[in-house]
Amino acid sequence: MSELSTKERYKIQRHQMPEQDAELRSKNFQEVNLGYTIEIAMEEADRCIRCKNPVCVAGCPVSVKIPDFIRMIADGKFEEAASILKEDNALPAVCGRVCPQEEQCESVCVVGKKGKPVAIGYLERFAADWERNNIKLKEIKSSPKSGKKVAVVGGGPAGLSCAGDLIQMGHDVTVFEALHEIGGVLIYGIPEFRLPKEIVKAEVESLQTAGVEFVTNYVIGLTETIEELQSRFDAIFIGVGAGLPYFLNIPGEHLNGVYSANEFLTRVNLMKSYNFPNNPTPMLDLHGKTVAVFGGGNTAMDAVRTSKRLGASRAIICYRRSEQEMPARIEEVHHAKEEGIEFKLLVSPLELIGDEQGWLRAVRLQQMELGEPDASGRRRPVPIKDQVETIDITAAIIAIGNGSNPIISNTTPELIVNKWGNIIVNEGNMKTNMKGIFAGGDIVTGGATVILAMGAGRSAAKAIDDYLKNPESW
Amino acid sequence: MNKILEARFIGPDVKLFKVEASKIAEKKKAGQFVILRVDENGERIPLTIADSDLNEGTITIIVQGIGATTKQLNTLETGDYIHDLVGPLGKASHIENFGTAVSIGGGVGTAIAYPTAKALKEAGNHVISIIGGKSKDYIILEDEMRQTADEVYPTTDDGSYGFHGFVTQKLEELIKSGRKIDFVLAIGPIPMMAAVAKVTQPYGIKTMVSLNPIMVDGTGMCGGCRAYVDNKPVFVCVDGPEFDAHKVDFKILLQRNKMYLPQEKDTLEHHVCNYDKMFDAAKRSSINTKEVENV
Repeated sequence: MSELSTKERYKIQRHQMPEQDAELRSKNFQEVNLGYTIEIAMEEADRCIRCKNPVCVAGCPVSVKIPDFIRMIADGKFEEAASILKEDNALPAVCGRVCPQEEQCESVCVVGKKGKPVAIGYLERFAADWERNNIKLKEIKSSPKSGKKVAVVGGGPAGLSCAGDLIQMGHDVTVFEALHEIGGVLIYGIPEFRLPKEIVKAEVESLQTAGVEFVTNYVIGLTETIEELQSRFDAIFIGVGAGLPYFLNIPGEHLNGVYSANEFLTRVNLMKSYNFPNNPTPMLDLHGKTVAVFGGGNTAMDAVRTSKRLGASRAIICYRRSEQEMPARIEEVHHAKEEGIEFKLLVSPLELIGDEQGWLRAVRLQQMELGEPDASGRRRPVPIKDQVETIDITAAIIAIGNGSNPIISNTTPELIVNKWGNIIVNEGNMKTNMKGIFAGGDIVTGGATVILAMGAGRSAAKAIDDYLKNPESW
Repeated sequence: MNKILEARFIGPDVKLFKVEASKIAEKKKAGQFVILRVDENGERIPLTIADSDLNEGTITIIVQGIGATTKQLNTLETGDYIHDLVGPLGKASHIENFGTAVSIGGGVGTAIAYPTAKALKEAGNHVISIIGGKSKDYIILEDEMRQTADEVYPTTDDGSYGFHGFVTQKLEELIKSGRKIDFVLAIGPIPMMAAVAKVTQPYGIKTMVSLNPIMVDGTGMCGGCRAYVDNKPVFVCVDGPEFDAHKVDFKILLQRNKMYLPQEKDTLEHHVCNYDKMFDAAKRSSINTKEVENV
């Protein structure tokens, strides 16, 4: 096969992701994106111009060697492509699906300067899926055993990524998870139609094969304290996530029918209430009902699209800024619109209205307009006088972010946290104020993305490895 | 998987389980709870830890079969397993020597009142226990309470045993008789706890109640268990479960606990329906129907 010239590479158009029909998928929980075929993937991989200075790598929070793995796909060496991915990313099949590539690797892709960037995310997904479907789990090559033991607190993206690196570095790793399944937000938060749970399970199994131990139903702080863990582990990584949902602080949030996005999504994803009563965790009957979701991030998109799949006749995003400011991935907004989700932009809820029995019946929405930029650099929404509308709704789902979970800080008084309860770490090496204890992910930064948490887990793993080699260096 | 070392009914539809859970037994303090799932697809339900045994490595939970999950749980016997169990969750009861403390348990609420009564006694309080029930059969843990508390007053709604009347009437009688009461802990059905709060408020007696909202994760992540105390939202799983009775909005608590009543009815019907199917199948295939009846 002759090598393509750069000019020829530029000529190839970006390949669209094949997806389930919008009408059909808005009634099922199967994955929306169907994945590239081998032919499409190899052709898309040919679009990479193999820059000498690959800026995409710098755009990735875990520094995946992007041109290298893409080259392997172009050459039809899919197993090798997956191996390269796994050197830097413990969960490539997950990241290929949920990373905001348009803000990271793909946003800096040189090909994207002239046309559309190389579909790095779709290719990552392809390589990881190909490996999962075609290669039996094998022991990951790891360094000789160090004899050191590390406890990872929290089985979400930060913890899994940290555990994946530490096991390769030769340390014994035990992950403690409060829920009954490993995966954190990947399991309870992100819906099946965006990230099939089988994929998370496969990624966890691959870590298990590599030697990581998992303990579920174990709440650090309550079942065992950080102090007690210190006596049996050489180092500890805390990656418990944000996990304390914010509410709107408006009247009526006590009404039946008002959910945090966490609760709504946990009932559906983790507890599978869509399969009620075989899975006995209940969910309000949303068939033919109107559901309003407050927020504009990925969680809001997940919640609103889930409502639609549970039978809601109207599923509405209510966001107080304009579409431009929405933090959700572009693909999610696009998919939501295709599925018939309504977008009410520049509205802010004033009050949730209930009946005498305490059931939610309506919401009063204040119309907003954009004013001057605020601290986040986004234009601040300000109310327009006398423009208030009331819409009848059965359920309200609040997806405006999470505060920090208090369990570890309450039971570890020595650990220094900021006024919001986030653990304070040294940014470079993720060290907390307590010797041998590191932290990363949402519990440090506040609610962010899967990949940023994974990046923090990686940085912590490296710092933990350095520390274990030379504990005096703390 | 947690093995059940002992399972026995202690009242109508009320079953006591001793379950292997050594780590939880080691850590638990009065007032804390566990969340369990009966089987792999099971609902997560919170249950207060009634007792623990460090030597056996067990905790005791007492379950009233009301919903589909608690009814399913109550079919388990000694030697069976609970699929999983996590805890101890929530904050421990605030225990100090108040002087004279009244522990009130209504129905299965006595199971929750018991460990706290024990802790109050150990802290030096003079403990008065009022245990209420519809009738004599519904009075649970009387022997255990008698070993713990200084005075025990069973009350029944129908007068079939002990004091004829509600726990609140007995409490009022004690207060009006001039007994100096420094602290009241009331655990039971929501209307009972609300009524106790009403009785003690005019006397300014510090009163705590343990709330039982619907929960999912039990670690603060979902916010489903929010209750309103002093007109502010609290997450019962991490901020509680015990709160100042005079500040709790019981009306909202009661409303929120009814959120899934229509679905609960469906599940019960679904289970009954499965049971009927099994029963019919058994009849057809001449399996001993007794075995099926015991399911």
